[in-house]
Amino acid sequence: MALILRGRPLVPGTALGPVLAASEPLSFWGGYDPRSGEIIDRRHPLAGKRAVGKILVIPLTRGSSTTTAILLEAIRAGTAPAAIVTTGVDAFVALASIVADEVFGMPIPIVALSNHDFATLASDDIVAIDRDGAVTVRREDP
Amino acid sequence: MRPRTSLTLSNTDRAMLTGDHGPAARLAMSIVTRMATVLDAPTLMDISAAHIDSTIYVGEAGLEFAERLAGMGARVAVPATLNVSGLDEHHWQEWAVPAEWAGLAHRQMVAYRAMGCEPTWTCAPYQTEWRPTFGQQVAWGESNAIAFANSVLGARTERYPDLLDICCAITGRVPAHGLHLTECRAGDFLVRLTGVPSGLQRDDSFFPVLGHLLGELARDRIPVVEGLTVSPSEDQLKALCAAAATSGAVALIHLVGITPEAHTMEEAFQGHAPGETHEISLERLRRVRRLLTTADSTDLDMVVLGSPHFSLAEFRQLAPLLEGRAKHPDVRFLVTTSRLMAEMARASGALDALERFGGTVTVDTCILASPMLPPDVRLLMTNSAKYAYYAPGLLGTSVTFGSLADCVQSAVRGRVERDETLWR
Repeated sequence: MALILRGRPLVPGTALGPVLAASEPLSFWGGYDPRSGEIIDRRHPLAGKRAVGKILVIPLTRGSSTTTAILLEAIRAGTAPAAIVTTGVDAFVALASIVADEVFGMPIPIVALSNHDFATLASDDIVAIDRDGAVTVRREDP
Repeated sequence: MRPRTSLTLSNTDRAMLTGDHGPAARLAMSIVTRMATVLDAPTLMDISAAHIDSTIYVGEAGLEFAERLAGMGARVAVPATLNVSGLDEHHWQEWAVPAEWAGLAHRQMVAYRAMGCEPTWTCAPYQTEWRPTFGQQVAWGESNAIAFANSVLGARTERYPDLLDICCAITGRVPAHGLHLTECRAGDFLVRLTGVPSGLQRDDSFFPVLGHLLGELARDRIPVVEGLTVSPSEDQLKALCAAAATSGAVALIHLVGITPEAHTMEEAFQGHAPGETHEISLERLRRVRRLLTTADSTDLDMVVLGSPHFSLAEFRQLAPLLEGRAKHPDVRFLVTTSRLMAEMARASGALDALERFGGTVTVDTCILASPMLPPDVRLLMTNSAKYAYYAPGLLGTSVTFGSLADCVQSAVRGRVERDETLWR
């Protein structure tokens, strides 16, 4: 069974991987270790999880304006999520990928979903992202 | 989730985009216009100043970005102040900063200076000569500074992330979007203080706690706060803004009667009705205050003050608390501030008072932006909600939050002691 969510591609691209989802916002500065790709904000529900190669699904980023710089480091170092899906437009996350594209030629897909669609994604779903912003969720039939 | 508008550019914007103003302006304008599209901005608009947060050294990619721009001959088009760097440029050797790391962080300082930015090296640019004025359109990075500029000064800035701030400064242009526009500055919801004693509201430990709660409630919305019965000092407002911009993505708080465009509730909400109302009791604030402490013992290695950077007024408030006392030999006592404020504190005698007590200052940076703390520092105490929030994740330390007086008392005793009278 496949569920297709129509998102807006803030930075277009393709990705395939398991979802890492939380309903809490995340600050990458102080919250994401670009050396390991681990979420290190101890107050965050995903604390201790590694997001490398995952489709990170978070509502929006929080607080620090250094979030963009940390995500750029992670993209450059290969420790970033394979793609990031947010609810609504998160400019900080989009910017990191745009700069990664402009300076290093290595963007990651960033997709904005509606609140409703965002809430249907859960950790361990396998998700494919297309250039047009379609997010295809593959779930085993029960 | 489709884009609503297409972007219309001016002739100058287009000239930059095609490289007529050089390769640096072309790269910067390409990033600014792609962000304008992401944000659904119909046009770009002029700014007259910028504050660059991208100075914080976090790794080689950010350094490569800065050196690429500087190497292309980038120059800022508007006065641009610089946020903290990764180093106290002239004193980093007194701390645990690895020499190799210092070399990289210093190259980043050199790159941003080469673009013509002002070497202010502070996260409190609103306490320098480049403080923006009411209604001024600016592109500011650094979350606490953004919240202060909008909420206390009535200047207009969106939340500019690292890397975009410098692109805006180079082009002098920003997406016409968000908090630059009057209609986007209306309050979203009401926060009403009820039964919070004025004695507590006057205490410096109240504002970081209230700010932390505002950030949690607001996320990225605009809170309107009613019910303050005191007139906060500038540094109390600074602490409030820093805390709210840490626990949430808060860029503007309307403090009714204080924020220049929020003389009344009606003005704060621009005539709309509040989306919701949160009544804030003393009990709720107590719970938030407890969250700012992660330490489970009264052991103490270091007291650290100054996030955002300590002001002259704060040095003057601290000095009498230190008079005739000395810190415990096993506890370090550090104040993080700017070069400018350290010089003024020296001239006023307040820095001598700190040094007689056994304390030190670090300038240009802070404990979160620089790997300066030696590994034996595990247990921190601070009066800053921002230090309290970030230190456990970024530094792996535990932390105790307290008032300025609590911090001094604890440094003298060598263990955490907090006066709970006002919080009972």
